[in-house]
Amino acid sequence: MPAPIRLRELIRTIRTARTQAEEREMIQKECAAIRSSFREEDNTYRCRNVAKLLYMHMLGYPAHFGQLECLKLIASQKFTDKRIGYLGAMLLLDERQDVHLLMTNCIKNDLNHSTQYVQGLALCTLGCMGSSEMCRDLAGEVEKLLKTSNSYLRKKAALCAVHVIRKVPELMEMFLPATKNLLNEKNHGVLHTSVVLLTEMCERSPDMLAHFRKLVPQLVRILKNLIMSGYSPEHDVSGISDPFLQVRILRLLRILGRNDDDSSEAMNDILAQVATNTETSKNVGNAILYETVLTIMDIKSESGLRVLAINILGRFLLNNDKNIRYVALTSLLKTVQTDHNAVQRHRSTIVDCLKDLDVSIKRRAMELSFALVNGNNIRGMMKELLYFLDSCEPEFKADCASGIFLAAEKYAPSKRWHIDTIMRVLTTAGSYVRDDAVPNLIQLITNSVEMHAYTVQRLYKAILGDYSQQPLVQVAAWCIGEYGDLLVSGQCEEEEPIQVCLVTLG
Amino acid sequence: MILAILVFNNHGKPRLPEEIQQQIVRETFHLVLKRDDNICNFLESGSLIGGSDYKLIYRHYATLYFVFCVDSSESELGILDLIQVFVETLDKCFENVCELDLIFHMDKVHFILQEVVMGGMVLETNMNEIVAQMEAQNRLEKSEGGLSAAPARAVSAVKNINLPEIPRNINIGDLNIKVPNLSQFV
Repeated sequence: MPAPIRLRELIRTIRTARTQAEEREMIQKECAAIRSSFREEDNTYRCRNVAKLLYMHMLGYPAHFGQLECLKLIASQKFTDKRIGYLGAMLLLDERQDVHLLMTNCIKNDLNHSTQYVQGLALCTLGCMGSSEMCRDLAGEVEKLLKTSNSYLRKKAALCAVHVIRKVPELMEMFLPATKNLLNEKNHGVLHTSVVLLTEMCERSPDMLAHFRKLVPQLVRILKNLIMSGYSPEHDVSGISDPFLQVRILRLLRILGRNDDDSSEAMNDILAQVATNTETSKNVGNAILYETVLTIMDIKSESGLRVLAINILGRFLLNNDKNIRYVALTSLLKTVQTDHNAVQRHRSTIVDCLKDLDVSIKRRAMELSFALVNGNNIRGMMKELLYFLDSCEPEFKADCASGIFLAAEKYAPSKRWHIDTIMRVLTTAGSYVRDDAVPNLIQLITNSVEMHAYTVQRLYKAILGDYSQQPLVQVAAWCIGEYGDLLVSGQCEEEEPIQVCLVTLG
Repeated sequence: MILAILVFNNHGKPRLPEEIQQQIVRETFHLVLKRDDNICNFLESGSLIGGSDYKLIYRHYATLYFVFCVDSSESELGILDLIQVFVETLDKCFENVCELDLIFHMDKVHFILQEVVMGGMVLETNMNEIVAQMEAQNRLEKSEGGLSAAPARAVSAVKNINLPEIPRNINIGDLNIKVPNLSQFV
């Protein structure tokens, strides 16, 4: 039997196919060849065949017949075989197939292999797709590797431990002793994954959280070193030293400082330092600032720090980069309940964002605007919001209309204003309002006796021009039915009595 | 936590609707491609992968889109930087990476990604470190004969060549060339 074609050849061949059917034919032919090659138990070409199978799997074709072959590759002695075998296992297998348990023994052996890259492969596979049974069996090995001095393996073991904890939470205790020295590492990769592991443990168990609070001073020290260290070519990203690690530490500090006065106290200084010293010209700096702001808002920080945080968000809103504006609006939404007054200061900028071209930003700005409406600014805000309702995309109109109704109900300065506002909504976006808007409006009109004449006049005028908006027509019809006498009798001082012509709605 | 990483180009050939996975890829493709270049790089996926907690964060490089599907525990701006690190690493490993590199070496792309993200979490962000590890592993692979198992084949092929009998003396008129005694090729 001729040697199976190389992966490159296969890819080249497939790319020459001009139609879907042609491609399918080529794939089927190759699958048949691969299948017979597997049957022949050919060790030399197995890795080549599995690589091709993975490519075809990526294109969307079924590849389950290769699962067992992946296991055979994992069991081989060659690094190349193992590499493709583990990749295949991760792509083709998951917990739902019973076959995956056969890997457990191989992974166990590979975790103790003499070559670190093989150990790395095993850790990676276990960490990506290990099932609860596998994790239970192999947790001990992972814990051993967590204490090794080899930083390449240590960082992988840390993330693998996170996966084990997620699958089998009872095993968390087991990893506790190994975490003692994790933060003493110099290697940033290990530091990073250790912080992830600590974060996971703290999030899952209040006991762990209390236990790890004592690490706050150490974390603060590490963060300080990162900021003050000056240029370090290894970890530099656009002029900032290892921003990924900084962000991770800030996040862990957030969890540790929440609801705890002492910890929050300990981190006040460093947070203020990061907030004032970070360069904001690039995305990197802004990412760190963003995380800092979220942390400040979540812990028990002093009020000066909180105001600083909200001002940073306000600055973000004026940034040219839409991504920054987006995250600013998201964060402000989270904090508007607790720090309402501080956010109010940025109201005009937020309202400007309603006119942004970007759909995601508009939505955020709309939600935030509704949150900021109160008795003092209702008139001004409503003007802007009605204008927004007029010009926004259809997907927003329903939510915007509901929001306006709610706000009007809570803060309307006068009944007349209230009715005017509702009428305005019905005329501009009548077809998007929710079903309960009509009965609510009718209720409102009934209760405002002094407004009956005015209301019925306005409604009549509105539908004279255009009766395509159904809710408007419904309300108008009811009103005219109830108060028609007021319409013709001229009781309303402002308007002239009108001649009502019979309008037949065809 | 990072739930999925997708890479596709402008054409995104539609594939067989085999599994949910393919469907997700197609829907993501349509959502992301509709986006203009001057709007923000974050998309709420909502109905897409069952749950409104998930966001799509993407970056557009020439003809390729790199899309990360993440949940709320990841920093959006941080992920943007991560995508940049990943692409720059690809660039270093492949030397001025282009779309064809990714197509013809999808296994290598997977291996590089394994050094960056593991189990949905970020493993290593130092580009030089990742490149160094990749090179070490590639050297290991090469010493064993690589994916195609080619050199092993070459050696055995040559072993089986039937070298024809070389004449001991070649007479070309006046010249007399003595052919040296070549040992059997091993």
